[in-house]
Amino acid sequence: MVGKKGGSKGMGAAEDAEEELARTPLQAIILADSFTTKFRPITLERPKVLLPLVNAPMIDYTLAWLESAGVEEVFVFCCAHSKQVIDYLDKSNWFGQPNFSVTTIESHNAISAGDALRLIYEQHVIRGDFILVSGDTVSNMSLSQALKEHKERRRKDSNAVMTMVIKQSKASPVTRQSRLGTEELFMVIDPETKQLLYYEDRGDNLKGYLSLDKALLTDNTSISLQNDKQDCYIDICSPEVLSLFTDNFDYQHLRRDFVKGLLVDDIMGYKIYTHEIHSSYAARIDNYRSYHTISKDIIQRWTYPLVPDVQFFGNSATKLERQGMYRAPEIKQSRSSKIGPFTVIGSGTSIGNNTEISNSVVGEGCSIGSNVTIEGCYIWHNVTIEDGCKLKHSIVCDGVTMKSGAALEPGVVLSFKVVIGRNFLVPAYSKVSLHQQPIRQDSDEELEYADNSSGITESPSVSGTLDLLNEEERTELPDSQEYEVGDGGVGFIWLVSEAGQEEEWRHSVAPIPVDKLVAIMQISNDEADLPNEDGAFLPPSGELGPDSITNDSNEDAEDIRDDSVIFEREVEATFQRAVEEDVTDDHVILEVNSLRLSYNMASADCAGALFYSVMKLALDAPHDSPNELYKNVVSTVRKWKKLLKYYLPSIDEEIEVILKFEEMCLESAREYSPLFVQILHHLYDQDIIQEEAILDWASEKEGAEESDKVFVKQSEKFIQWLKEASEEEDED
Amino acid sequence: MPDIERLVNDFVAKLSKRKVEGSQATSRLTAELLRSVVSLQRLPPTNSAAVLIEAVSGIGVKLVAANPVELAVGNIVRRVLHIIREEDLSLLTSKTSDLDLSAASDDEGTIDQDYDPTQSAAAAAAAAKSFLRPPSLHALLENMSDKAVPSNNYTSSSGGDSEEKTKADKLARTRKLKHDVIEAINILIEDIDTCHDLIAEQAVEHIHQNEVILTLGSSRTAFEFLCAAKEKKRSFRVVVAEGAPRYQGHALAKELVSRGLQTIVVTDSAVFAMISRVNMVIVGVHAVMANGGVIAPVGMNMVALAAQKHAVPFVVVAGIHKLCPSYPHNPEVCLNDMRSPAELLEFGRFSNCMEFGMDSGAPLQVVNPGFDYVAPELVSLLITDIGGHNPSYMYRLISDYYSADDFDLQGRIHK
Repeated sequence: MVGKKGGSKGMGAAEDAEEELARTPLQAIILADSFTTKFRPITLERPKVLLPLVNAPMIDYTLAWLESAGVEEVFVFCCAHSKQVIDYLDKSNWFGQPNFSVTTIESHNAISAGDALRLIYEQHVIRGDFILVSGDTVSNMSLSQALKEHKERRRKDSNAVMTMVIKQSKASPVTRQSRLGTEELFMVIDPETKQLLYYEDRGDNLKGYLSLDKALLTDNTSISLQNDKQDCYIDICSPEVLSLFTDNFDYQHLRRDFVKGLLVDDIMGYKIYTHEIHSSYAARIDNYRSYHTISKDIIQRWTYPLVPDVQFFGNSATKLERQGMYRAPEIKQSRSSKIGPFTVIGSGTSIGNNTEISNSVVGEGCSIGSNVTIEGCYIWHNVTIEDGCKLKHSIVCDGVTMKSGAALEPGVVLSFKVVIGRNFLVPAYSKVSLHQQPIRQDSDEELEYADNSSGITESPSVSGTLDLLNEEERTELPDSQEYEVGDGGVGFIWLVSEAGQEEEWRHSVAPIPVDKLVAIMQISNDEADLPNEDGAFLPPSGELGPDSITNDSNEDAEDIRDDSVIFEREVEATFQRAVEEDVTDDHVILEVNSLRLSYNMASADCAGALFYSVMKLALDAPHDSPNELYKNVVSTVRKWKKLLKYYLPSIDEEIEVILKFEEMCLESAREYSPLFVQILHHLYDQDIIQEEAILDWASEKEGAEESDKVFVKQSEKFIQWLKEASEEEDED
Repeated sequence: MPDIERLVNDFVAKLSKRKVEGSQATSRLTAELLRSVVSLQRLPPTNSAAVLIEAVSGIGVKLVAANPVELAVGNIVRRVLHIIREEDLSLLTSKTSDLDLSAASDDEGTIDQDYDPTQSAAAAAAAAKSFLRPPSLHALLENMSDKAVPSNNYTSSSGGDSEEKTKADKLARTRKLKHDVIEAINILIEDIDTCHDLIAEQAVEHIHQNEVILTLGSSRTAFEFLCAAKEKKRSFRVVVAEGAPRYQGHALAKELVSRGLQTIVVTDSAVFAMISRVNMVIVGVHAVMANGGVIAPVGMNMVALAAQKHAVPFVVVAGIHKLCPSYPHNPEVCLNDMRSPAELLEFGRFSNCMEFGMDSGAPLQVVNPGFDYVAPELVSLLITDIGGHNPSYMYRLISDYYSADDFDLQGRIHK
């Protein structure tokens, strides 16, 4: 009700609305549940917002920021492990702050941000504009400017329901993901009004193409398409947003459903605007990689004053030393141990002889033995690491014990209280927990990310190393089969599905391995070069990706590097991709044209090459008899008729096609030779090849050698029939 | 004492979130907080000064921890502790005479009430003179023995009087101690408020006609100092180094121009080029250390070195609340504040250089220290509210304003 009242007022009595806005205290909603499973298995035991980020729970960063930004009332929506969140807030004194009231809203059945907002709407607690963030946001931005802009827009146009905070951050050209591990984000923004017109955060689905509604261009004088922005997931919303969620009860995800829904739906005319921040910091911890990146940003003080040596809230003070080293006052450190740059050591931690720690965060009350190497790790509180352990780029949760000589490969996550056995090597990217992996994927829980296998899908396939290790363990220790983490170890290694494993390196805390980068670079080069207009940079044909099809023609062509051959292969590869990725004809034409220009070819060559590709496609489709092959041809030709037609503007091109076909039948695709006439007839029927072309071809061939005339002879009857038909026409 | 706790927590929160900016504002708020702590603190009839000192230093540790960069907080806490000690001492000296009186006339109540703050201050001054001024070993010893004496003295004397009488006497004494301390803190607050004026008054003695003055960054003290000279019809020019990366010099230049001063803005790196034309460098600082060295906005050491090279006087103006009784080599002192790199670079534009999760070398690092340390050899003159001093004289001022027992606040708690 409240929300609707605000909306109707905005139109009629703008001044009233303004007054109302001025009177209500600034409110914020924190979603203390990310509704994802990306932090599993850790989040099975503790809510994500309470996970320590540089030794302070994430929600402390969010609350401290909101408080300093002048928010007066905060509603913390807790769902998973709500008890823990409430207990924590109670214990940490957030409830007793002057001028900053924190209220919790508890729910046990909300499974998405949408559900949460619907629930909050029902409680009628939001009275004016509010800030919507999740409990894992780290920021030091000042909200006043964004709020002012939002309110001004609201006064002019009550349909401006939301302002999204964005920030410049370019995705890596290689991995197509931002430094926070999220996928490349594409946005279309009106440069004048900053209105958001298009939002696509799943760059992967685009396959390198982005299609925009034509209306975007006709309706706006100018638009700017941006792929170097990062969504901070800080939204300034009007109360209508809540009622919109209630009206559209199927909205689940804030971005995928709500934002995209509003952008597509032009009946209600709701608008979303963006606010770009420049010098201040804002980011959200979405996955392990962003956990890593944001930790590093905090250590490098981009989030000032939310840094470890400032007691922004309840965190114990540490002292900043040279090279970004933070040490709490009460630690026991051996003289021979080395602590490298950008490392945080929490209070009460003891470090043994000759231990080296670099680029890591070590929590409170940890005991680290001698000769331990820790590099790029996040070690939480009360962890015991015995002598000689080696840890690389891993997350080690509270209460874990690593027996002497154990080692972690990059990307490992050890959940709470796991014990790793003596000399056991935990393979890369594995996740170890005391809880067994859920056997079945719960579709309800995965509703939001149903298409995103985030590592909990059950799958029998495991990586070779994992299997090998497990087997070794079993043979050595038949009595402790239950656990798979070494001598005296306690914990289950979670299995990762094949597809999940492929993606695992993208989102882990470990740096991206070099071989992966090389592999991606290879693929992206191949992709990028095909439509590249400059032929000089094209790699030699042998390195092209999916060109196994052309191999047989390779054998015949004497000089492989001959331009026309390369050109043909390029066209074929382009066509192949078009088929695989379902690209529209227009785009294929565009690409082929650019290839034609770069290789300096005639349109007849294009026609020939394309025809070749089409026939090749038909040939590659499974078939048993010539009859089926013919059927394949018919269907393929029907599908690509338009494309073929485009390149056959005159008789010359058509003759080229027939010649090409003849060549194919003789050389690379002998399966076609018995079907020559049939297919020619079909092409004629489909108006792809006109009778004049066929007749010309026949007459051209008359003077040729006998061996070349095989197909002319074969199609003699057809030609005869054509001649007669044309004569009859002439008579008419 | 939930009230005290709430007040302290409030202020701690403000300090730790860096919501209080500037030494003067911080010192004033600290003094005000400690004043209310003193007034709210319940004191036992005996040993009240020790209880008060314990309470204040306990809170002081919290305050210092909340923002270790702002040394003024610790200074004010130590000043207040010193005040308590002095008042206690002056009370004792008066008490001995008091006791004599009471023994003679039996009229202790009226005497206590008649006692007014000016008298107390005078007594304090006298006490300070006799006990604290000469920082000699003998005096220190005397002081120590004195502290040990009172309770014994008192109990033995109370033995002669009736129980009720001693109780009332003790209560009155406690009340008086509180009252005197609060009065003295009020004077301290007043001092903090007026420090700019007191410093500015001395401006004419230092700035002469047609001089060129160089300053760096922005400091209220330096600004008032320059303006005071201007008001006294001195005409001079001011060169303002902008003070990267926060560019507070820009704001200062704007204000100076609005006051009718001829102002030239230069980049920090142009200071050396300008210094040969400059007659005097006048700067405000963050803190003055016990050895006379100063902690000042970043870039100041460069200015001081340039001034030394051309034999230009390097004058520091600072309120007495910035005088810190510790030495810069003391590990407990937090000398610098590493601020956000965002002041230097825009995060978004450089995010590409900052670790993409690839193992290719170290990411871009940005270091943004807030302060410089300028050694005492480079400082020609320190102008405080009570006059100009040589850096080497600082230890004297420190022994005037602080008690040696309070230098290490943290240490007191551990004992």
